[in-house]
Amino acid sequence: MNYNWNWHIFLEPNPMGTGTYLDLLLAGLVLTIKTALLAWIIALIFGSVIGVLRTLPSRAASWIGFCWVEFFRNMPLLVQLFLWFFVLPELLPKAAGLWLKQLPNAPFWTAAIGVGLFMSARVAVQLQAGISSLPRGQRQAATALGLTTFQTYRYVLLPMAFRIILPPLTSEFLNTIKNTAVAITIGLIELTGQARSMQEFSFQVFEAFTAATVLYLLLNFIVVTAMRWLERYVAIPGYISGK
Amino acid sequence: MLGSFDFDVIRRSLPYLFFEGMRFTLTLTALAAVGGLVFGTLIALMRLSGYRLLGRVAGFYVDFMRSLPLVLVIFWFYFLVPYIGQWLTGASRPITVGAFASSLITFIMFEAAYFSEIMRAGIQSISKGQPAAASALGLTYGQSMRYVVLPQAFRNMLPVLLTQTIVLFQDTSLVYVLSIPDFLGAASKVAQRDGRLVEMYLFAALVYFTISCVASYCVRRLQARIAIVR
Repeated sequence: MNYNWNWHIFLEPNPMGTGTYLDLLLAGLVLTIKTALLAWIIALIFGSVIGVLRTLPSRAASWIGFCWVEFFRNMPLLVQLFLWFFVLPELLPKAAGLWLKQLPNAPFWTAAIGVGLFMSARVAVQLQAGISSLPRGQRQAATALGLTTFQTYRYVLLPMAFRIILPPLTSEFLNTIKNTAVAITIGLIELTGQARSMQEFSFQVFEAFTAATVLYLLLNFIVVTAMRWLERYVAIPGYISGK
Repeated sequence: MLGSFDFDVIRRSLPYLFFEGMRFTLTLTALAAVGGLVFGTLIALMRLSGYRLLGRVAGFYVDFMRSLPLVLVIFWFYFLVPYIGQWLTGASRPITVGAFASSLITFIMFEAAYFSEIMRAGIQSISKGQPAAASALGLTYGQSMRYVVLPQAFRNMLPVLLTQTIVLFQDTSLVYVLSIPDFLGAASKVAQRDGRLVEMYLFAALVYFTISCVASYCVRRLQARIAIVR
């Protein structure tokens, strides 16, 4: 392979004047983490509400949940980001659209909300599966005790369901981190974006992508370790993965 | 607002969108699904082979691929494949690889990791007695896999494999980052040329939505039909 390897490139100053190339990549990593965290919070909030709606006895509620999930699952994430970024400001009334377009950090907010809503459909499906995997007796016992529907979910069903779906939720969180890379298409310069711009400035393609790869693997490793710890911390003795 | 919605730009670009863009997307999806399934099955067999080293290598490959964003993998292969080609053919300079070949290789290698996990689950769902009975009948490992285990594993996992293919169909839109005219890329080209972002992106969204909805409905129907009563 006649490729000029130059691993020292990371310590050379970058053309943006913000330090070395390594600083550039680390700034990208920070942006990836920020976007992924905000997206994950959005996904958890909306995903929980929709997941619960789908298990309620009310027909209308489960219909709303069904529509939400189908809407966000059946379009590529890239297309959804384009809809939020390019199409939504045009469809709003003029003043609102203008405000949206001139928002500072528009790619960041669009990416976090777009990825968050996209992932919320997946979280909802997991939560629905978790709730319906609980024995029927739990809901019935809660009703027999005189708990309202809200109390049944708050104190009986959800605490168990969330524990059961922790492992799949871990992979959904990892997917959220990975999916933020799609936002490169709406101009968010996160880790993949920084690796790409480093490649364009320095022509050291493989060093740049290797560094990004290592950083992604590291991020994955940290998340998986933290979630394993959380799983053990919240485990209920005598149940599934309990002690 | 919708008052100035220009349907004509969609109508005018329909042949380009479907005969160029959608054809690229569907060909890429189909070939990547078949290639991913073949390699994925091989990786799954490696992981379950009982040879420690082979299993380790396969496991590392799957974990590695699954922890990287597809966009990064697309960039990796786009720049790497010419060098691999040079190394394979012994050419004096990196060979030129077309957009289609490059993205096909990317998606096959990437999807193989996901398909292998599905096939692994499928193979593990076959009861131990079956390969045991096969070897009692004198079938070799290859024959037992070919005639006994894999057909059942494939059948059990067919709905999951098809669902993954729908995900793959949506993911192929990411070749946009290489400015390749797949369906979305074609829509985007027209959108930017004519300044009609709203119309073109809404139309693209509608097309992806319809295809994915119909496909996943068919998968659900199929799942109900082929489910084996146990």
